[in-house]
Amino acid sequence: MDFSDTKEEAEFRAEVRAFIDANAPHYLNEHLQKSGFGNTNTGEYDALEEAKKWQKTKAENGWACLMWPTEYGGRGATPIQNVIWSQEEGIYSRLSGTFIIGQGMCAPTMMAYASEGQKQEYLPKLASGEHVWCQMFSEPHGGSDLAGLRTRAEKDGDEWVINGQKIWTSGAQHSDYGILITRTDPTVAKHKGLTMFFIDMKSEGIEVVPIKQANGNSEFNEVYFDNLRVPDENRLGEVGEGWRVSITTLMNERMAIGGGISTGFPEIYELVQSVQINGKPAVEDANVKSKLADWYVKSSGLKNNASRMITAVSRGEMPGPENSIGKLVAGNMMQDIAKFALDLQGQGGALVDPEVAEGSARFQAMLLRSPAVRIEGGTDQILRNIIGERVLGLPEDMRADKGIPFNEIPTGS
Amino acid sequence: MNFDFSDDQKLLADQVKRFLDENCSTAVVRQALEGEARFVPEVWDGLAAMGLTGTAIPEQYGGTGAGYLELCLVAQQVGAHLAPVPFGSTVYLVAEALLRYGTDAQKQMWLPGISNGSVKGAFAVVETMQQVAPDQISTAFSDGVLNGSKLVVSDGNVADLYVVLAQDGLYLAEGGNLKATPVDSVDLTRDTAAIEFNNTASELLTNDPWSALNALYDRAAVLYAFEQLGGAQSALDMAVGYAQERFAFGRAIGSFQAIKHMLADMYTAMKLAENNCYYAAWALANDAPELPLAAATARVGATQAFQLCSRDNVQVHGGMGFTWEFDCHLYYRRSNYLALELGALSEWEARLVDALPLQASA
Ligand SMILES: Cc1cc2nc3c(=O)[nH]c(=O)nc-3n(C[C@H](O)[C@H](O)[C@H](O)COP(=O)(O)OP(=O)(O)OC[C@H]3O[C@@H](n4cnc5c(N)ncnc54)[C@H](O)[C@@H]3O)c2cc1C
Repeated sequence: MDFSDTKEEAEFRAEVRAFIDANAPHYLNEHLQKSGFGNTNTGEYDALEEAKKWQKTKAENGWACLMWPTEYGGRGATPIQNVIWSQEEGIYSRLSGTFIIGQGMCAPTMMAYASEGQKQEYLPKLASGEHVWCQMFSEPHGGSDLAGLRTRAEKDGDEWVINGQKIWTSGAQHSDYGILITRTDPTVAKHKGLTMFFIDMKSEGIEVVPIKQANGNSEFNEVYFDNLRVPDENRLGEVGEGWRVSITTLMNERMAIGGGISTGFPEIYELVQSVQINGKPAVEDANVKSKLADWYVKSSGLKNNASRMITAVSRGEMPGPENSIGKLVAGNMMQDIAKFALDLQGQGGALVDPEVAEGSARFQAMLLRSPAVRIEGGTDQILRNIIGERVLGLPEDMRADKGIPFNEIPTGS
Repeated sequence: MNFDFSDDQKLLADQVKRFLDENCSTAVVRQALEGEARFVPEVWDGLAAMGLTGTAIPEQYGGTGAGYLELCLVAQQVGAHLAPVPFGSTVYLVAEALLRYGTDAQKQMWLPGISNGSVKGAFAVVETMQQVAPDQISTAFSDGVLNGSKLVVSDGNVADLYVVLAQDGLYLAEGGNLKATPVDSVDLTRDTAAIEFNNTASELLTNDPWSALNALYDRAAVLYAFEQLGGAQSALDMAVGYAQERFAFGRAIGSFQAIKHMLADMYTAMKLAENNCYYAAWALANDAPELPLAAATARVGATQAFQLCSRDNVQVHGGMGFTWEFDCHLYYRRSNYLALELGALSEWEARLVDALPLQASA
């Protein structure tokens, strides 16, 4: 057991630091510091443009998607080097939100299932931020029950014709490509009739409609397909194997999300040092200490979990279902922290004006965005099912759809 | 970075596990519950024969000198098996006090005995029904003797050697010169005593008792956290096992989400504790400046996890969980006993927050 850098690791860290010192967009620093949760603050600069610019600078110098092979735009780095990179990139990683889904979930799926030519064509542009990708899995009738999806793909010569609707697709509005799971055979059991594709989002037959979220932003969208034609070569995996392909995507989601997940701890800890209770910093209050200790146990437990996951990955192991604890813990914790932060500020805590509310109203933003953390990428309940069934080996839920052909399953609507 | 125990360390843990599986089943723990003495000598002797009481004691004092990472894994097994032996008092507290504050003569005198199991220790601190603080300690030393009384001392009846907190120092006292009276605690599988010192001959360990107590507690907290982690894992395993085999409404109760999700939450608490324990093990083994924070974090998380897992293990078992016959209460008792040994959860929460650097990033 050893947490210090080896000689090689220390050298690598120095190299990373030198690159960041010389090239990071330091002019954005002050704005990025003020990023509320779910908002990247770039001040008077355009967020997407700045994100693409920083990503491009990284890619040109071999610092994008470090763990990917060099021929696909990566660096062929080890998992530990990747951790060192993210520790050093620090606040500038707040610019990378736009690319997480593409680089963290779509790319590994492409690496596993696309042809060599397709990998060489698409992956470098994904790494450099030139192309943004989205993930089109959820549907009005298939969220938690993803395999209940209805979007149809039918073969027509060398092409597939796709009709239907996706929903909650993050970033579809500025995506160039996306991976799409469809139903190709409704007459077999639901997990068996699915097929995965990747599609050009600028194709005819696609309409992206933004959805206004509960927090007022519009990160996610509806995506409609009206006779969208997709060449068969864009199929990922065999026909009918879409469920298995989606598992690759979702396993990597665990890595992408579970690793450096934010919990709100540094923010609340900063607040309790400045805000006062009875004329003393709140951090001196016993009740506050008790809450802080509980949150610190959780956030450091997750951080140490990530270190253990990285140790395992550097030995060639796959991150397993036990990493589902990450989002489950962080989502709830963030929601609690936001509520408590407002409480400490009295009725003034209700104000959302960034000029007035502490830290550019970051806790108010956290309050309003955190409910989504407990839903996106698997709800709290689904995560508990995964832990119960796949980690602890408990029996599956009773299911009303088991073994029944998809088109005979009760729908309730 | 390498955040895992080595294969050799895991092998040791496995040997300890196998020994305790065979020799310290809950049926054996029940000998302490039902018997005269709340202590099972065969378990103690077996652990000592394997050299485990001297895991972190240097070879020159009769130990194996294996180290603290190894000791953490031993502690985890001791906790997992609810071993009714003075392992923590002797190894995490008394031996550590000698190693850090003893003279060479004191070390020579006592550590070989601890290493071979012939000496058992107890750590005598608490005097009142309040959290420990300087104004709660009256035991005093003068002219080579201690006078005073301690309200609750883990392993105080079976110990041969005591480390005693007095107003102006930590002292070393031999058994026989004092009066130990068995008392019942919420954990009837752990030996607990009230102790009176009446002109008890004693030797000074350090005359800076409060910083010594803090330093010793930081170290012991990591090891007790591993015991608590082991206990949490056992309680969780027991609950999962029952949820798979008990049927109600024509199905295994583990298929009901109310039960499944409760078990998932137990697992999550246990896993967070485990992660924090591992980090604290590293801090302990390396005497890292992060130790106070890492120890408090491991301690708070492991206390929470063991209390949660043992509590909800009872719930999963329904009526059976509330019987004397089922083992659920053994875990429930132990979790609540360990939560208070070394100071209560609220004290460790405060220690954690006080140890946070001004900018904490975790
Ligand atoms: C901000 C945000 C971004 C998102 N981005 C994307 C994206 O980019 N791409 C994408 O494909 N999807 C995306 N999603 C969709 C997300 O994955 C789904 O919303 C989620 O999986 C839940 O599905 P649902 O909305 O259909 O809810 P439902 O599945 O209808 O769930 C409703 C409630 O029922 C509970 N429930 C359902 N099934 C069970 C069960 N078996 N046991 C116990 N409880 C159950 C749920 O936990 C929930 O509380 C995003 C969602 C959000 C909020």
